[in-house]
Amino acid sequence: MSVAALSPMDLCMAALLVIILAALSFRMNLGLARQIIVAALRTTLQLLLVGMVLKTLFDHAHLLLLGGIALFMVTMAGWEVMSRQTRRLKGPWGFATGTAAMVVSSFSITCLVLTTVIRIDPWYAPQYAIPLLGMMLGNTMTGIAIGMERLTSTAWRDSDMIEGRLLLGQSWQEAICAIRKESIRSAMIPTLNAMAVAGIVSLPGMMTGQILAGSPPMEAVKYQILIMFIISSGTGFGAILAVSVGARRLFDHRDRLRLDRLT
Amino acid sequence: MGGDLILDALAIRGIGPISLTVPAGTCLGLSGPSGIGKSSLLRAVVDMEPHEGRVSLGTSRREAFTAPQWRRMVGMLPSESMWWDDEVSAHFLAPEKVRPDLLGLPEAVLSWPVKRLSSGERQRLSVLRLLDREPLALILDEPTANLDEVTTRQVESLILDYAEAHTAPVLWVSHGREQLQRVSRRVVTLNVMGRLCDTDGEVCP
Repeated sequence: MSVAALSPMDLCMAALLVIILAALSFRMNLGLARQIIVAALRTTLQLLLVGMVLKTLFDHAHLLLLGGIALFMVTMAGWEVMSRQTRRLKGPWGFATGTAAMVVSSFSITCLVLTTVIRIDPWYAPQYAIPLLGMMLGNTMTGIAIGMERLTSTAWRDSDMIEGRLLLGQSWQEAICAIRKESIRSAMIPTLNAMAVAGIVSLPGMMTGQILAGSPPMEAVKYQILIMFIISSGTGFGAILAVSVGARRLFDHRDRLRLDRLT
Repeated sequence: MGGDLILDALAIRGIGPISLTVPAGTCLGLSGPSGIGKSSLLRAVVDMEPHEGRVSLGTSRREAFTAPQWRRMVGMLPSESMWWDDEVSAHFLAPEKVRPDLLGLPEAVLSWPVKRLSSGERQRLSVLRLLDREPLALILDEPTANLDEVTTRQVESLILDYAEAHTAPVLWVSHGREQLQRVSRRVVTLNVMGRLCDTDGEVCP
């Protein structure tokens, strides 16, 4: 059994729905019409492009080429994390904190899974490596962005509270502890919720895809479980790392809250 | 440990350089128009913002301590008190030793939720919370701003008694000249030039 091929006409049908949505949002003054159209166009272009890249990549599996693409993906994800924050760290820290956290969590976990769990030959076979990394990055990116946003915006809002604690002689760790915890929690909750309802409310995207493509359901399920586990651990580790580095950066060596380090 | 609080060429955001000594066991009043930077100066003393100058307590130089150690030695009361836990007692190190009755508060106030406190109650409790840390010097930013006459006097005598018992220097910022004259041995004013003057208009060295 193979997947039923989609024609451009089929896609136009779906695109019509998006256009209707955009028109409705225009009529209701939601201020989203432009954003809907731009996002839909971006999806189309980006995915077409990635399809071509993947086709080339699958034909010539080369570690260097793969590494370049992986690096590009991480950089874009890091950029996305940074631009989603209303108050981000100034200078290179804004980009580096989130990106480094994603490299450490997504990259290392993907490599670990490729070499020790899936054990294909070569371990970097792009049919596995790219989708795995893409799913890891997509999810850790969301988690890290939520965590960092929560950290910086709460520190900004509750700066009097933090300084009140510092004034009573608490260290920066004690003064930020509750906010740091709350930020890490909020970063992990979407993934934890997704794990909790997987299969009951939602059929995860990858599993759906595999089943549509004709895989036996049990195989798809096993892969989905694997993905769920590595996504949640990647998001957790990444958020803990990014939020901790970010929290440290909010204070200087004299335990002073340095909101001037936020934009 | 302890002794005079010595500010040496302290400068922050256009204020200063200011040199000032608050002798141990005495209170020095600091007044000046609103927004002139009195609070900034106090924040510089407890090292809450980058600034120029040196501060020491007796023979102990500030650099010899970590910032949290220093802020426990030189306790500052900000003009607005912050409460992060749900229950009042969680903000005290030794809640069993606290004497709310000295400021006209019921004994049970410590077990109250913070949400239930009025602004005056918060202010009085923040004074008790500061003293609970047993600082060696006190920096007070409008400690009686929300209080009536009776409780203002109670807070004044509590602080002065503490200063005497611990031979602690006290730097007291207030808008009320009468109050400053009542509690402090010397009153200085921060003027628009960011300089300190004595009450007779003479600019301090």
